[in-house]
Order: sequence, then C-alpha cells, then structure tokens
Amino acid sequence: MSVESMDREDGERELAAVSMRSITKRFGDVYAVDDIDLDIADGEFFALLGPSGCGKTTTLRMVAGLEFPTLGSLKIYGNEVGTLAPNKRPVNTVFQNYALFPHMSVLENVGFGLKMQGASKAETKTQAMEAIEMVQLQGMEKRRPNQLSGGQQQRVALARALVNRPQVLLLDEPLGALDLKLRQEMQTELKSLQRELGITFVFVTHDQEEAMSMADRIAVMKDGVLNQVASPEEIYERPANRFVADFIGHTNLLEGHVVDREIVRLSNGADIPVKTDLPSGAKVEVSLRPERAFLHPASSTPDGAWVDGAVKSVTYLGNAYVYQVALDWMEIDVREENRPGLEVFDPGAPVRVAFAPDAVSVVTE
Amino acid sequence: MVRNRDSAVLDRDDNAGDARAELVVDDQFEVRAAKAESRRGLLLALPAWLYLMVLFVAPLAIVTVYSFATRTRSGTELSGWNLDSYRKLGEPIVRDILFRSLTLAIITTVICLVIAYPFSYYLATRPERIRNVMLVFVMIPFWTNFLVRNFAWRVILGNDGPLTRVTETVGLGEVELLFTPVAVVLGLVYGFLPFMILPLYAAIERVDGRLLEASRDLGATGFESFRQVLLPLTMPGVIAGSILVFVPSLGAYVTPEILGGAKTTLLGSYIVIQFLTARNWPFGAALSFVLMAIMLVATLIYFRKGGRTL
Amino acid sequence: MSVTQPRGATKRLLQFNSWFVYLFFYAPIILLVIFSFSDSPNVGVWGGFTLDWYSEFADSSQTRSALGNSIKVALVSTVISVVLGTMAALALERFTFRGKRVFDALLYLPIIIPDVTMAIMLLLFFSEAANILGFQKGFATIALSHVAFNISFVSVVVRARLAGMDQRLEEAAVDLYASRWKAFRHVTLPLIMPGIAGGALLALTLSLDDVVITQFVNGPGWTTLPVFVFGLIRKGVTPLINAVSVVMLVISTVLVLLSLITERARSDS
Repeated sequence: MSVESMDREDGERELAAVSMRSITKRFGDVYAVDDIDLDIADGEFFALLGPSGCGKTTTLRMVAGLEFPTLGSLKIYGNEVGTLAPNKRPVNTVFQNYALFPHMSVLENVGFGLKMQGASKAETKTQAMEAIEMVQLQGMEKRRPNQLSGGQQQRVALARALVNRPQVLLLDEPLGALDLKLRQEMQTELKSLQRELGITFVFVTHDQEEAMSMADRIAVMKDGVLNQVASPEEIYERPANRFVADFIGHTNLLEGHVVDREIVRLSNGADIPVKTDLPSGAKVEVSLRPERAFLHPASSTPDGAWVDGAVKSVTYLGNAYVYQVALDWMEIDVREENRPGLEVFDPGAPVRVAFAPDAVSVVTE
Repeated sequence: MVRNRDSAVLDRDDNAGDARAELVVDDQFEVRAAKAESRRGLLLALPAWLYLMVLFVAPLAIVTVYSFATRTRSGTELSGWNLDSYRKLGEPIVRDILFRSLTLAIITTVICLVIAYPFSYYLATRPERIRNVMLVFVMIPFWTNFLVRNFAWRVILGNDGPLTRVTETVGLGEVELLFTPVAVVLGLVYGFLPFMILPLYAAIERVDGRLLEASRDLGATGFESFRQVLLPLTMPGVIAGSILVFVPSLGAYVTPEILGGAKTTLLGSYIVIQFLTARNWPFGAALSFVLMAIMLVATLIYFRKGGRTL
Repeated sequence: MSVTQPRGATKRLLQFNSWFVYLFFYAPIILLVIFSFSDSPNVGVWGGFTLDWYSEFADSSQTRSALGNSIKVALVSTVISVVLGTMAALALERFTFRGKRVFDALLYLPIIIPDVTMAIMLLLFFSEAANILGFQKGFATIALSHVAFNISFVSVVVRARLAGMDQRLEEAAVDLYASRWKAFRHVTLPLIMPGIAGGALLALTLSLDDVVITQFVNGPGWTTLPVFVFGLIRKGVTPLINAVSVVMLVISTVLVLLSLITERARSDS
C-alpha cells in the first residue's frame, strides 16, 4: 500500500494533499512536535487544534517551510518538500496578524507573490484585481494596510495568498484578532470560500468552537503529539482520551473500570451498559456531557443508565438550567435546556441522573 | 501517539519499511541549515569587522606598544622597552593635571545632573505632543557644529563681550571669565547637557506615576517622595547620564583649548602637547592608555548599572 | 509617566528651570549669529551692521577649499560607513554566529572612546603605516578615520530600526515566493530606509564636525573647515570666524531639519 494515498469509500486511491511521516521538531531539549504521522485529504478544510504550546503552529510552519523538521518526511501532493525553502513550495500562508506590507498598497500587497514569480505587470494587476474582488474589497486597492479595519486586512491577507493558486492554503489563527460578531461572519465566509475554490485549507486554532464549526476534520494536539484526528462529530461524541474529552466542550469524567465488553463499573458500584474494546479490569473514565444527562426524581425509573445523587446548586441561565449534582464520590454538572414542562429541582433534592448508554464514551488517559 | 481507529490515519505497522525510506529530512539537515545561515551572518559582518580590526584594534594595540617605548631626540625608538612613561605618570605635574581634569569632569557632571533632572522631570510630565516638540528643540543645538558652539561662548565671555557688558550695566562690574576653569566648565556643561537630559528623561518617563501619588497619599512631602521613590527608581538613568557626561568631559580637548587657554592645562590638551610640541610620544601613549582605562571602567559600569539607554 | 502634574511653587520653579535651559542652549548661538554681522574688529562688540565678513569668507580661497574638502570627506566617509554599518546591523539583528558578542562590543567602542584617544591611535597607526608603505597623510587618511567611527554610529541607528521591524513581514515575503535577496530588497530595505537615512545624516554631521581626529591624521597642505577654523581661533579671534561659524551652523541645521523631515515622512508610510 502506497504511503501517501488514502483509501476512499469507493476504493479509489487519492493523493493526500499533505502527508507527514515521523515529523519531529526539536528545540534544544524540548520536542515541540514529536513524531507525527498525518494525512490531510485533497480539498479538506482541516484544523490543527490544541492549547498554546502544543506544537500546532510549529507544525503549520513546517508545512509552510518557515521551520525545517528535525526529522521526518513531508509531502505535498506526493512531492517531498521537507527540505525546500518556503519560496519553493506551492503553499501560501495567512499569518496571524496578517503581516501585510505596510509600505505597499492593497493592490501591491496582493500582487506581490505574482511579481516574485515573474508575472508581467499587466497580468499581475489583472489577477490581483480578481482576487481583491473575490474577497469583496474592490475600491480599496489603492489604500494602505493601516487605513483598513482588522476584517479588511484579513481579507487582503487571504487574497494575497489565494491569488497564487496554492496547492494548500495555511492559516495561522486567522480569526483570533477579530471581535466575536466579525469572527462568526468570517467563519461562514471562509467555509464557503473554501468550498467554492476546492483548495485544501489547513488552519491552526486554540478555539475549539472555531475548529468545530469550520473544519471537515480536526487534529487535536497536546505537547507535540496527536491525540485524535477525526471529524467534529466523532471528536465530540467519541473522544479518544481524557484530554480530548475535556478540551472539546465540557464533560464529566466518571471513574470506573471495565468489567467486560458490555459493562463498565463505576466507582460507586453502578454498572453502566457501554460498549468498549478495552480489556477487563482496565481503569477508565466515562465521559458524560452535561447536556446528555437528565435529572429525575430519586424514586423514578428512567430509561437508560443512571446514578444517584443530590442537587448541590442550581443556576438559571435563561436558556438552560445548570446543576451541580453531588454523587457519592464526586460532583458532576448537568445542563437541562429550558423547555416547557421541565421539572426543576432545588438544592438538596435527591435526584437520579439518567443518560442513554450510547451518549457516553469510554476514555483512558 | 494515540490513534483512533475510527479516523483515517494510517496504521504504521503496515508500512514500517516504507516509513524508514521516507525519512528524507535527516537529523543533520537542521544542523547544516543552521551552519549555512550562520556563515551568511558572518559574511555580512566581516567587512565592518575587518575594518575595525585594522583601523581601531590595531591602532589601539600600537598605542599600548608605544607606551613602553623609548623617547629619543629624533623620534621614538621602538626598542629598549621600559616603564619610564608610566613612571612619569607619578610626577607632581602630571598628578596635578590628572587631578584637575578629574575634578572639572566631576563638577561638570554634577552641574549637568542638577540642571537636567528637574528639566527631564518637567519634560516627562508634559502631554505627548509638547514633549516631542520640547525634545526636538533640545536636540537641535546639540546637532549643530561642536566647534561653533564652543566658539559662541568664546564670543560671549570675551573681554569686551556681551556678558561683561551686561554685568557692567547691571552694576556687577567687569567679569573676566575667559581662560578660567569656570569658562571650561561652562563650555563642557553646554556641550554635554543633552547627554544627561536624554537618559534621565527616558528613565523618568518609565516610572509609573502612580507610585509617586501613592507616596504622597501615604504622607510623604514632595522632596521625600523624590528622594525615596523617584530617585532610586531612576538611578540607572542617573548613572547612564553621568557616565555619558563624565567620560567625554575627562578627555575633552576642543573646549579647554578654546575656552581655557594655556593657563588651565587639562588631560586632553596635555596628551596632544606630547604629540605635537613636546614630541614625547611614549609618554603621550601612556597618558592615552590611562584615559582609555578610565573610560573602559566607566563603560563597564554603564552597561552593568546604567542599562542600554544609548 | 502620566500623572502628577506639579503645582504651585514647584511648577513655577520647574518651568523657570526649563526656560533657563532653552535660553542657555540658544542664546550663545543667537548671539553668534548677531555678531557675525557686526562691523567691528573685535569679536563680541557691536559696531554697526555689515556683511563684510561674509564677503571676506566668500572671497577667501582658503576657506572655500577647506569647505570643499570637508564636504568631499564627509560624502565619501558617509557612503562607505553607511554600507558597512548597515551590513553590520543586519548581521547583528538577523543572524547568529560565533563571536557575535565580541563584534557587538567592538562596534560600541568607537562611540564611547574620547576623540583625543582615537586621534592619537590613528596618528600612530598611520605614522607606522606611512613608514612601511610610504604614503602621505591627507584626504585618504582623514576619510578612512572618519569611517572608523561612523560605522558604529550608523549601525546603532539602523539596528534600532531593524529591531523595531516585524520579522513576520520577511517571512511573508518568502512565503510569497521571494528569494532571500528579493525579500530584502522589496520588504526589508524600504522599511529600514528611514534608519539608513538617519544613520547617513548622522555620519555626515559627525564627519563635518570633526576637529581633533582630522587634525591629527591630516597631511600637509590639506585642511577641512573645522580644523581651519580651530587653527584661526587659536591664532586670534576675528569676526571672520563668526561668519564662517554661522555658515557651518546653517549647514548643520539644514542636515538636522532634513533628518527630522525624513523621520516624520517615513514613519507615516
């Protein structure tokens, strides 16, 4: 089986846009990126997600060529590029603070890459104008970057990169500097732009909501290592380990151990019917998202699995109620959406916390 | 490395052999790239480096060598190495001159400090736009020709010059300041005051004004606040400014020549005399060496305590 | 420092001090200019308005050749020191190499050293070199000496500009297919140009101003304006020197204003 290709559903071999094998980056004694294997598919909107210092930006820079790997193989559409300078790679970057050339106009900024590749003045101008129109900045081409708003600067950075028709577009925390409303607008725009162009986008972010909303697949990184690479649904519903479960959204982690393929026993002795491949006796945690848990009175018999506890506090958020429920051995959070007919519990009330067995996942460290 | 079976990362075991062959970036690549970069940097630095080696370090070495040479009637003998020149440093005349130069340099520094500190403080409290204008006007005279500025004082302090005319009119009588140490100090302060103002201003500007407010709030008078809070916090600026004034003042030549005349011989003039009239180059070299040593010590203090306010 | 505006007596004292400083700075210069128009053989004495001293200056071939020499030396030494100084600044701000610290320290020395010491060093050096290689002191030795201290000053100014520049811009240029050289030419260089211009103006000023070093490494029959004036002063002052001084003053001021204008113009773009 050829290394750089990926199996598709119809069995057709497709060349991966970016293919990393054993990619490592060491700074002195610190491994910023530790032995990563990753394939990014052609036309994917891919996210590298993780807390600061996890190595995601370093990885991106290695694809761009702004850092060289200490070790490993890096291919772009089958071509080995690991040792190539950035100006020799068919890849362009949208930098975190846009890095627009302050002494050039918008038109000159956008046309820079074309000029460097030797395009004629006429061609450069035409194509740059097209790119400027694509990001809806027509009329601004004579302005300088310091005369533009943050959102406009970001579009210029995009146009400047895309005008070169790169094989892969890299984005380093592209929306970080924008305010909330603008960010949400740009998320939608970026997504539709990517669909329209069909170019592979790889972006780096520490904001898991951003990753979840834009990406086709997400790679969750921590301490230079990949923790999980999957679609947003997969990552949310079936987190691979404790870190991913905790990093994406909010979750409760109930300690227990595996009894057999169908049962996990919690610390309080309650048996939960969950499917797992892990061996008997393995120490695990059951990840239960607060919105997947429902409160019932202590004496009821709800469907699914349940644990007993008492309400410690209630917080009314308008669109939801958030409870802190004290179980025998720990506290968990439960979030109930505020719907008509909802039974609300007071602090001190004994409750039964119920959940569907397929709404939880089993995670290890 | 955690692999989730449900996702599309390939299982490593299937192509272990392929993986090894794919390791194109070997661990030497980074090292080689860094070395190449380093070489480029060195090449860029080389011309200036070589230039300074030839036209600064070598001359420096030659001076040191000369200070051990012998003086003869016809010139300097580069043999018979001895410490005569250094011994000559202990002579009363020389010690007088050294002492006088040090004293004047210190007095100049103190005067500059006393004038500059309030000025810099006031400057730091002005609004931004006014501050910039004020700074520019401080710098303009500083950028004009040094010789000319000294000559201007010569004009003013002259025997029938404006200053004595003014004092006569006011009733203070004739003032003959020219060719006195006072004139020299005046000229030195005039020349080097900006060197004290700028580092002081930079240091004062960095102080958080709220600290002074807090001090007043806790009952300290203005002067106490200054002494206990502002002064210690701006000490690096004080040191930097003092050194920037002291060192050139010590080695000053043009100012004492124009304003001091033959009566007050200072270190700078004394060194020049060795080379132009007395023709005692080894001794002149030894004197230069002493001056350089003092300067180096001062520089070290500047970098340790004064910070990089250049 | 935001804050504590001084009040009352303190404020008046501080204001008085400030005005005193400005008066102290500018009065001598103003008086100098005034007396350059004075029709009196004694310096500092007013004897009626005249332009005679200026015409004497314009007529004197000595002063004119001295001025011409000053300008020639300044231009040559500035060009060389700007090139070497900028390269040194780039090396220090963008690269690491063995001996970088030593080089850094080496560059600071000419700034701190008293000019008497430097004059002597270079005198001895050129005397020895003249013995061995047999050349005359004159234009070349002066220009070379000026470069020796100007490299450091230029590099300090350019370094400040380089340090303040966003290095991501250079990365962006390379990401956009520029070679290292093109990235420098199209991105770095335009952005540090104000620094280079500032360094050049500083070098010009220092070179035009220099007295001691020039005097020592000078050759026979050759002089620059400051050295010429210095010589005149020591022989005996006449208002002619006033006039010459004012001319030098005007040149300096023009240079200062130029540097201010370029600073302001570039920092806007």
